[in-house]
Amino acid sequence: MEDIYDVIILGAGPAGLSAGIYASRAKLKTLILNEGTVGGQVILTHEIANYPGVETTNGFKLVNTMKKQAKEFGCIIKANLNVTGINLLNKIKEIKVNGSDIYKGKTVILALGGKPRSLNIPGEDDFKGRGVSYCATCDGEFFTGKEVVVVGGGNSALEESVSLAKYASKLTVVHQFDHFQAQRHYIDMAKNNPKINFIMGSELRGIEGEASVKKVKIENLTTGQISELNTDGVFIFIGYSANVDKVKDTITLNSRSEIVVDNNMKTNIEGVYAAGDCIEKRYRQVTTAVADGTIAALSVSDYLMNSTVSKEAILN
Amino acid sequence: MLMTNLDHVESADNHKKILEENENVMICCGRMGPMCMPVYDIMEELQDNYTNVKFYDMDFDSSDAHVIRNAPECAGFMGLPFVMYYKNGKVVQAKTSIQNMDQITSVLNEQFGKPE
Ligand SMILES: Cc1cc2nc3c(=O)[nH]c(=O)nc-3n(C[C@H](O)[C@H](O)[C@H](O)COP(=O)(O)OP(=O)(O)OC[C@H]3O[C@@H](n4cnc5c(N)ncnc54)[C@H](O)[C@@H]3O)c2cc1C
Repeated sequence: MEDIYDVIILGAGPAGLSAGIYASRAKLKTLILNEGTVGGQVILTHEIANYPGVETTNGFKLVNTMKKQAKEFGCIIKANLNVTGINLLNKIKEIKVNGSDIYKGKTVILALGGKPRSLNIPGEDDFKGRGVSYCATCDGEFFTGKEVVVVGGGNSALEESVSLAKYASKLTVVHQFDHFQAQRHYIDMAKNNPKINFIMGSELRGIEGEASVKKVKIENLTTGQISELNTDGVFIFIGYSANVDKVKDTITLNSRSEIVVDNNMKTNIEGVYAAGDCIEKRYRQVTTAVADGTIAALSVSDYLMNSTVSKEAILN
Repeated sequence: MLMTNLDHVESADNHKKILEENENVMICCGRMGPMCMPVYDIMEELQDNYTNVKFYDMDFDSSDAHVIRNAPECAGFMGLPFVMYYKNGKVVQAKTSIQNMDQITSVLNEQFGKPE
C-alpha cells in the first residue's frame, strides 16, 4: 500500500520540531521535511538565555536536543531539500521534493518560519564573504581596523553595530527612516559609541568593489540624491519575513504576508495547520514557536480522530 | 574540536596526510557559528552519496588551521567558513561564507563528478 503519513510537517525549526515531538509521541506517522539545516533561525543564535528550564545555551545545542527527541519518538526528518510542489487542496495532501519525490499526508503543518531580508541590490550577492556579511559575531574580526557600513535600524542592527565597533575603525549605520525602531537601550548604546555615525532617511542602492567591497552607493530618500561612501564592509540587518512564498496562492495571509490561523492553529484549508514565526502574531520567540507547534500537533491529532479522512484514505 | 558528526582535521600534519591519501577532499574550516553550521549539516547529508569524496571540518581557531586560513586561495576571504576542495592534494576551489546545498553540490559535481 502507498505510504501516507498522518501528518507532514514543513519546516524543522522549533515549531516544526515541537510539532514532530508531539505528533510522533501521539503515535501519528509523522514526517518533517525541511529546506535547509534542521533548527531554522535558532542556529543563527549564539546564545539563548530565555528558554525556561534550560540554562544559557547556544541555538545549535538546543535544537539538536529537540531533533533527537523527535527522532526518538519515531518522527522521520529529511533536511536540506528543496520543496518544489505543495498541493494542499485535496483530502490527501501532496508535497513534491527536489522536483521528483512525492510525499502524501492526511494533514500538513506549515512551520515555515522566517528568513533574514536581503537588500536585493547590485553587488550584494557578488561580495558575500568578501565584504558583505549578515553576522557580526561570525565575521567581525575580519574587519579589524577597517571601515564598515551597517544597514538597518532595529534592535539587531544597533546591537550588532556596537559589537562590530569593537573591531572596526569607523562604522556608519544607514537607515531608511529618520528614527530607529529599536528599543531605547540599543539606541543609547549605539549613539554613545564614538566610532558609530548615522545616515538617516537613506537607502543603499549598490555595493561596488574589485576583489572585495570598496564602496557603497547611498540614496537620500528626501532629495533623491545619490552619494558614494568608501567602505570595506557592509553588514545587513533589515529584519525577517515569513517564508510563505510557496503557499501564498492557497493559504490565507494577512497584509503582512503572515499565515492567518485560529486558536487551534488551523488555516483556511481543512487539514492544514500552521505554527511558529510564519503565522500572524506579535511575539516571535523560541518559546512561542514551541507552543504553536504543540497546539498544531494536538489539533491534528484531534482532527484525525474525529474526521473521515483516515478511513477514506485506507479505503482508497 | 567542532561539535559535528564529520571527521575532523586535527593538525597540520593530519591535513597533509589526508591530502596525500585521498584523491577528492572537501574541508570546511569554521566555528560553531550560524554561517558555518549549515555547511557542516549539508556535508553530513552528502557524505553517503558522494562516496568518492572525503568530507572533513577543521576548527578555524586551532593554530594549525593556518594551513587553510593562510592559503593563497583564501586571500581576501572575509566571511566564515572557508571551504576548500582538493584534488590530488591541490586546491581546485575555495569558497567563503555560507553556502547552500545547490552551491555545494555544483562544486562537487564539477570538480569530482556526480555520484552514480
Ligand atoms: C539572530 C536571531 C537571534 C534570536 N534570538 C532569540 C533568543 O535569544 N530567544 C528566543 O526565544 N528567540 C530568538 N530568536 C527567534 C527564534 O529563533 C524564532 O522565533 C524561532 O526560530 C521561530 O521558530 P520557527 O520554527 O517558527 O521558524 P524557523 O526557526 O525560521 O524555522 C523554519 C524552518 O522551516 C524551513 N522552511 C522554510 N520554508 C520551507 C518549505 N517551503 N518547506 C520546508 N521547510 C521550509 C526553514 O529552512 C527553517 O529550517 C532569534 C532569531 C534570530 C534570527
